[in-house]
Amino acid sequence: MQLTINGKVESLDVSTVLDVLKAKDIDPQLVAVEVNTQMIDQENLGTTSLKENDKLEFLFFMGGGA
Amino acid sequence: MSFTEDQITRYSRHILLPEVGGKGQKKLSQAKVFVVGAGGLGCPVAYYLGAAGIGTIGLIDSDVVDLSNLQRQVLHHTPDVGRSKTQSAKEKIQALNPDVQVNTYEERLTAHNAREIIRQYDVVIDGVDNFPAKFLINDACYLENTPLVHGGILRFEGRVMTIVPNESACYRCIFKNPPPTGVVPTCQEAGIIGVVAGIIGTIQATEAIKLILKIGQPLTNRLLDFDARTTTFREIRVKRNPSCALCGPNASLTELIDYDEPEACAI
Repeated sequence: MQLTINGKVESLDVSTVLDVLKAKDIDPQLVAVEVNTQMIDQENLGTTSLKENDKLEFLFFMGGGA
Repeated sequence: MSFTEDQITRYSRHILLPEVGGKGQKKLSQAKVFVVGAGGLGCPVAYYLGAAGIGTIGLIDSDVVDLSNLQRQVLHHTPDVGRSKTQSAKEKIQALNPDVQVNTYEERLTAHNAREIIRQYDVVIDGVDNFPAKFLINDACYLENTPLVHGGILRFEGRVMTIVPNESACYRCIFKNPPPTGVVPTCQEAGIIGVVAGIIGTIQATEAIKLILKIGQPLTNRLLDFDARTTTFREIRVKRNPSCALCGPNASLTELIDYDEPEACAI
C-alpha cells in the first residue's frame, strides 16, 4: 500500500506499523511512531493496522547537545 | 528600572521593533533563563541571550573545557582548555554584556537539585547531551510549571521543540522513557557538524525570547527537525498524549527519577 513516511511517499507490502519497522530494519526501541498525528504506544505497534495513504512519522531519539 | 543612554543605544535595534519596544526590552532585562549545559547548544543560546539583554542567565555544567569542544562551543576559547565551562562562559557573556547577571552552578543537574534550581527561573533551555538528563529536565519543568525549550543534535541533524506545561505536548508525550543505555550514539561517538549546534541553539534562544515577550507563536506541539545535508526543516505535528505518564490525565510520575547515567558524551 502507499504510505507517506517522514514526508516521503512509499509503496510497501505491509499491514501493521510493526511490519513497516521490520521492512525498514528499524529497532522499535529506538523510535517513536506517529500515525496520522496520533502517537502509537510501543505495545500497540503490532496491532495498529495501516490503510492506504496513512501518514507515518518515525521520530528517532536525538540525544546530543554538547 | 529605567535604561541608561548606553543601554538604549545597545538595545536600539530591539527597541525599534514594535513587538519589543522599551517595554519588551524591560521584560527581557527582568527575565531569568536557566541554560542546562554550557556546551554545543548552551554556548550559542547563552551568548545570544546575553547579547539580547536577558537579566539573569543561569548556567549549569560540571565539565571543564576540552580541546575537542572548540569546534562548536563558541563561548570557550583556546586559552580556556582545562578551565571550568561555566566560568569560561560567564566571562565571555559578561564581556559582551555587563548588564547580565550570570549564575553559575558547577555541578550536574540531578533529581535532588533540579526542581529547586528550576523554580528560580522563567524559562529553561535543554542543552544537555544525554537522555537521562533530557528526561529529568522535561519532568522537572513540568512539575515546576516552567516552559522548556528542548533541543537535540547529532551528526548533521538537529531538533527543537518548545514545551509549555499543561498546554502542549511534553517530551514524554513522544518518547516515553530513555532508550536503553548505549544504543543511541552520542556526539562523541558519532560526530556533529559544529554549525548545527549554532543553528539549533539560536532557534532555542529565539524561542526563549518569544516566550518572555509573549509574541508570535511558540514552537509548541511541533517538533522541528533540521537536516544540514539538504538544508531542510521538517515540522512534525505532535499533540499531548493521553497516555503520557507525566502530563496525561492518569499520570503516574509525580517525582523526579535519576536514571542510571550512561557514559556522558564527553563533549
